[in-house]
Formats: sequence, C-alpha cells, structure tokens
Amino acid sequence: MLPQTGRWVHLHAPVEHPTDRADDGARRAERDSHPWYRDPVPIWLTEAEYNTLRAVCDALIPPDGDSPGAGEAGSADYIDTLLGAFSFDPPRIWAGGPTSGRAGGEACFGDFHHLSALDELAWRTRIEGSQGLAAREFNGPVTGYQQRYHEGLGRLGEDFPQAAPDERVVRLKADPEFLELVFGHVCEGMYGAPEYGGNHDTIGWRAIGFAGDVQPRGWTDQEVSAP
Amino acid sequence: MTVDAVIIGSGPGGSTAADVLTRAGWTVVIIEKGRNHLLDARDMTKPASDYSNDEIKFTNRHFLGPDPFLEPRTFRRGHDDGDHTHVGEVNSIPSTVGGGGTHADGKTPRFREVDFGMLSTFGPQPEAEVADWPLTYDDLEPWYAMVERAVGVAGTAGANPFAAPRSGPFPMPSGAPMYGATLSTAAAEKLGFHPYAAPTAANSVPYDGRPACNNCGFCAFLGCPIHAKGDPVALLTRTMATGRAELWPETFVSRIRTEGRRATGVDYIGPDGIERSMDARHVIVAGGAIETPRLLLLSRLGGALVGRYLMVHYQTIVVGVMPFDVHGDRGRAVTHVHDDAMIPDDLSRAAAREAGLPWLRGGMVEHGGGGMPVSEAKIYPWGAGHGATMRDSRMRRHLWAFIMQGEDLPYRTNTVDLDPTVRDVRGFPSPRITYRGGRHELAASAHHGPRLEAVLKEMGAVWTLRTSSPGGSFEGIRRRMIPESRHVIGTARMGVDPATSVVDPYGRLHDLDNVVIADSSVFPTASGYGPTLTLVALAARAAGALAGTAPEL
Ligand SMILES: Cc1cc2nc3c(=O)[nH]c(=O)nc-3n(C[C@H](O)[C@H](O)[C@H](O)COP(=O)(O)OP(=O)(O)OC[C@H]3O[C@@H](n4cnc5c(N)ncnc54)[C@H](O)[C@@H]3O)c2cc1C
Ligand code: SF4
Repeated sequence: MLPQTGRWVHLHAPVEHPTDRADDGARRAERDSHPWYRDPVPIWLTEAEYNTLRAVCDALIPPDGDSPGAGEAGSADYIDTLLGAFSFDPPRIWAGGPTSGRAGGEACFGDFHHLSALDELAWRTRIEGSQGLAAREFNGPVTGYQQRYHEGLGRLGEDFPQAAPDERVVRLKADPEFLELVFGHVCEGMYGAPEYGGNHDTIGWRAIGFAGDVQPRGWTDQEVSAP
Repeated sequence: MTVDAVIIGSGPGGSTAADVLTRAGWTVVIIEKGRNHLLDARDMTKPASDYSNDEIKFTNRHFLGPDPFLEPRTFRRGHDDGDHTHVGEVNSIPSTVGGGGTHADGKTPRFREVDFGMLSTFGPQPEAEVADWPLTYDDLEPWYAMVERAVGVAGTAGANPFAAPRSGPFPMPSGAPMYGATLSTAAAEKLGFHPYAAPTAANSVPYDGRPACNNCGFCAFLGCPIHAKGDPVALLTRTMATGRAELWPETFVSRIRTEGRRATGVDYIGPDGIERSMDARHVIVAGGAIETPRLLLLSRLGGALVGRYLMVHYQTIVVGVMPFDVHGDRGRAVTHVHDDAMIPDDLSRAAAREAGLPWLRGGMVEHGGGGMPVSEAKIYPWGAGHGATMRDSRMRRHLWAFIMQGEDLPYRTNTVDLDPTVRDVRGFPSPRITYRGGRHELAASAHHGPRLEAVLKEMGAVWTLRTSSPGGSFEGIRRRMIPESRHVIGTARMGVDPATSVVDPYGRLHDLDNVVIADSSVFPTASGYGPTLTLVALAARAAGALAGTAPEL
C-alpha cells in the first residue's frame, strides 16, 4: 500500500496564512487576567467597536426584566472570540467532547479541537477573508467576518450606543446583510454553550428554562414520556 | 501489496460492506474524505469521545463536514435556471468517518413488498420512469434481519399493521416514547391512522457493548456522545477488530483506475495534499447518491444514465403549536411514525383523478418535536419581545410536527452532474444538483398535508402551518427551492438491462466486472421510507455476493 506515484495538487499546496495581529499576545494576556465577562476586554475588536457591538446585541435581543439582553448575556464576547479564534491554540472553533461537566462527567468542552490543514483553511478564510491568497480563492474572493464586522460596525457609527432606541433600529435596518450576519451570531452567543465566549454562566439557557447540555445524565424515560 | 477491496466512503453503506468482507477474510482499505471524530485514533476498535451536546459545533460550524467553503455543491431547478442558482450546501449529509449515520436520528424501517415492484403494482406515471427493482422483499429479508442485528435496531414487531413479514423479532424493544408522540398517536388513531413506534437504530437497552440511549435530545444533526446510535459505529469497530482493515480519513478518491473491463485501483489525495494511487482487486463505491455519481463522472465510468433519476423525498411538513408544553427537546427527535399515506385509499384515488394522475403515494409520516435554542432564536423576529418569545418557546416546547417523507418519482431530468465552473478545494468540479418536484409530488403533498393538519388540530393545536421541502408548492413560511430532506436516492439505478440501468441486481457496474456500488444510488424508486436500512441491507447482500457468504442469521 505504499504510494506509487506522487505529485502536488496545486490548489492544495501548503497554505501560508498571514500572521495574527502583532498585539494579539498582549491583548490575550490582558484579557486572561480579567474575569472578562464582568469587565470585558475585547480580544479582536477595538474598544469602540466592542461597545457598538454590545449595543447592537441589546438592540437585537433587549433585556426585558425577565431575560437579560444579549449584551449582558455575552453575545458580543462570543462574536469577538470568533473573530479572534486564531489567537488561541487550538483555535476556538469547535469545543471538545463528550461532556461539559454541567450535568456530570468531566469538563471537556474547554479543550477545543485541533484543526486539520483544510479546517484551518476554511475557518481562516471565513474569518479573515481570502486576502488575495490563491489557496483561499479557488472559487473567487471571500470577504471575511473580520472585515464585515469592521465595516458594519463602522457604518452604524461610534455614537450608536448613545443613539435613541428608534434610531438604532433605523440604522440596523439600513444594512440588511450585516443585520442578518450579526443577528445569527447574537443568537449563537446568547444560547450556545458558554465555552464559546457567550451565554455567561448559562444565563441565556436559565432565562428560558433550557437545561443545556445534559450528558451524561440525560433524561429518564419518565421525564420523556410523561407530561 | 494489493488489497482485496478498496471501499470509498465510511458511511452506513461502506461500513456494512467492510464488515461483511472482513469477516469473510478479505483485506480492505476504507477511504474517507472527511475527518475521523467517530473512532479513537489510537485504537480504532473503540469509539472516540469527540461528540457532545453542542449546538454550535454541529449545526452552526460544520464539525462533521462537509464544509461548504471547501466542498461547495451547486443547485438549480432545471436547465431554464442556467448553470446554477445556488452555490454552497445542498442537502448535505456529513462527510466524516461514519458518514451520515453519525448524525441521523436513525429511523430504520424496512421497505414493504410493494416498494420493490412499483411499476407492476401501480403502473407507469407520466413524465417519470417508474421501474420494478430486480429483486424482491423476500430476497432482501434475510439481509434486513442480519443488519438489524449488526447495527442494533429497536422496534416492536406487529406494531405496524402494514409492515412486511419478518423472519424474527427486533433485536431490542422500542425505546421511550416522547410525550408529544403519546398525544399525536392517540389523535392519529382517532382519525383512522395507524401510528407505531418507529424502528430506530438507537439502543433502548445496553446492546453490543454500547449503553442504552439516555434521551438527551441532541439527536438529529449531532453525533451521540455515548454511542447509543449503532449505525455505523458498531460496524466500523467490528471491522477494525478483525485486523484486516485500514481506515484512511481525510483522503479523497479522485478517480477509479481501469484497464479494459476491470478496475485496477484508485487515485487518491491524502491529508498531505499529494495525489497517489493504490491497487485493489475490487472497488466498492459508497459515497452516497450525490458523491458516488460524481466520482463515476470524474472517472468517466458507468454510462449515460449515471447521475439521472435523483430522488430526495419530497417532504410535506405540517406543524402545530400546542397550548401545553410537549417538551419536544427531550428524547430522540422522532419516536413514532405512520405509513397510511403510502397505502392508496378512496380519498387518495380521488385526489389522483383530480390531478390527472394514475395514482398518488405519500410517504412515511414522522411524529416529532423539539429543536434547540439557537435555531429557535434565529427564527423569531429580533427586537423587543424576543426574550419573551423565547421563554414562551412555541417551537422548542409547544410545537409538534409531522414530516411526510413523500415518495418522489424517478425523473430523467432530476440529476447530479459536474458543475461547469465551481470547484472543490482540491480542484475537482463540484457536484451540481438539478431537482424539481413533479406533478405527482405536488399533488400528493397537497392531498396529504390537510389530513395531517387535521390530526394536529385533533391533538389540540391552536395554530398550524403547512409547507414542503422543496417549498413553493403551496402555503408555507419558507420558499426554499433546495431540498433539505437529507435523503438522497437514485443516480446509478439498478436493473438487469444495461440500456436502462447502471448496475446489476448486485450493485455491480454493467460496464466493469469488479466495481460495486453500495449505497442508495442504486435504488430504482425511492419508496417513502428512510433509505438507510435498505441501502445497508443491499450493501450487505452485494458484499456477500462478492465474498460468497450467506446472511448470518
Ligand atoms: C439529520 C439527519 C437525519 C437522518 N435521518 C434518517 C432517518 O431517520 N432514516 C434514514 O433512513 N435516513 C436518515 N438520514 C439519512 C442517512 O444519514 C443516509 O441515508 C445515510 O447516511 C446514507 O449512507 P451512505 O453510506 O450511503 O452515505 P453517507 O452516509 O453519505 O456516507 C458516504 C461517505 O462517503 C464519503 N465520500 C464520498 N465521496 C468520497 C470520495 N470520493 N472519497 C472519499 N470519501 C468519500 C463521504 O465523506 C461520506 O462520509 C438522515 C440524515 C441526516 C443528516
Ligand atoms: S437521544 Fe439517545 S441516541 Fe440520540 S444522541 Fe441522545 S443519547 Fe444518543
């Protein structure tokens, strides 16, 4: 079963990825020294962008007395962690398994999976954009999340957090593509597993009475079949 | 060294072929383009622990592949749409060790006698090429019995009055019914339907060294963290334990190599990106009904019918909101089904006449509920009220749904071919899906939808909605024209005549002596049952024919 022929498939040659932002290490150290969900320090966004994004989160899923807003729940941190996923090793793309420890078992979700070369190509392209690199542009250029967030948040304006609620809605609706992107991510950050940076302390799940991940405990037959 | 067989694809079809062949003493290499998250990389006779109750990883971040950026597919409804109208994900089933078996919620019904003889039982249909299978239910029954035991199917013999005869009981009793199913089955019975506990490839009791399902609720679209789903982890671990198999993940087969009427092996590209080739005495293709025709087209094999007669099950989706909590987020996603829409009655005959068609068949109707909170949150409108809507949870806690896996007919114009411009990351043309439901599908959906809606109202629904996938035929929330059924069928149909089929009754390509297809590509008609148990039984039968072994009973 030894290889009989060998040639590089040109589109799959080793991929050079641009290096992470130079200040990522310092930002990460600063962040790690904080209980960041109470005193957030953005990993990838600037402070101003982060503040705008948090206001966007609260405009999309506002607090209402019984549920927290998506800002408090951590959706901005979820998005910021996704945008900066490659400043972690392994990158914060896929949380580990099989259990989180919340329903018994070991706490494994925090051990993020290593990515294969192709996984990394896909996720770097999705996040960083194709940046003119041939390996990322086999079907044409791709605009990454980072650029879309920079531009989308920029268009909303640095005064977005101070804008009146009606004005926020007008500005969000004026940019439907960005709105669709950010609303999806806000929902993921509010109701996804906390290991991805959002849903702080499972506040999103608790607000809606959702048990979250339940392995290895599961549900008894009685809990499944009875009212 | 030349192996006895190279098997392309490690899903239910490929795993079954590997199991049968290695137990008969053959040496095999299983090549899988996706990553391995199913088996322990250090000891592939044991399962891994990568799966989890994690909605982000599985349903938002392509953990089990295929990543639509790396491996886009394209879609159009017909020639009139141009090259394609969509690039990205099209009815994708995981591309990973274990294939789609890993995240299916695993209803595994057998087909019935009539499903193998649609043309002789019901007759032709305009525009479609309805055909009989070149085998009968009786031919397949012993293989059904064998694979039900191999993967571990839970069910209740006799519960379905329409079921074909069985040579023995199910290996396990049925698992716990969802609360909603206890209500929807009662309502369905009251209106004259015959619901029953769905045969399911998930352990209801400890079985084959794997634990019983603990009803975690993260079932469809996610891998099972405790490996209570038997298909195909049971087959793969057993295969690896024979010591006669190698499994190569992250390796893409780009071409089947041939000399005259024989395949000599395959070309493949491993994780290092280098293209190599290997020799094998037999080639088993089990890439699923989209990737299998793609590989045959890339290899220029199989003749002019390769890729034709794609079927996907035309789904009729009827949802109802109940004024009480059905907690559909607990348990397996579907615990009950009924077959009545596949049994012609006076009403369906009248509906057929009205539509100008000789007959109408629906499909198996799944009774289910549930949903996870991220997907729920994305459905509701943003802004004030979102939090209250989530707490009220119409979808996750109050919604009950019927999905009819409607039998779609084999049309020559519904196809898989190679896209003229879009490529995958390795530079190969992407598969292009051309699909449009025909008159039969639209009429069957329009006929059965209201009957299912009546059951939900009987169950107590305060609000109901009917739609279909692909949509656009009648009222519905989404007008998506791309099918989302995750059932893919046809594209290399089986028959005795090489002029009208691609493979023979044992899945062997008519034009090559040693290439066998072991997935649902070979089905001549789709039936209205999930395809997996039948494709697995066919794969076992085809592998048994190669190795000269009888079903193990
Ligand atoms: C959420 C969900 C629910 C489902 N529920 C049900 C159900 O209840 N009942 C039912 O009957 N079915 C169900 N299905 C469908 C079921 O998953 C499929 O019918 C089944 O997986 C098909 O098995 P297969 O082996 O033919 O193909 P697949 O499972 O698609 O496996 C094919 C494998 O081959 C690999 N491959 C393809 N081409 C190549 C290549 N060139 N080189 C290397 N590797 C290759 C792919 O990566 C893949 O892993 C469901 C599917 C999903 C996604
Ligand atoms: S519901 Fe059961 S079979 Fe499905 S993932 Fe959970 S434990 Fe596994």
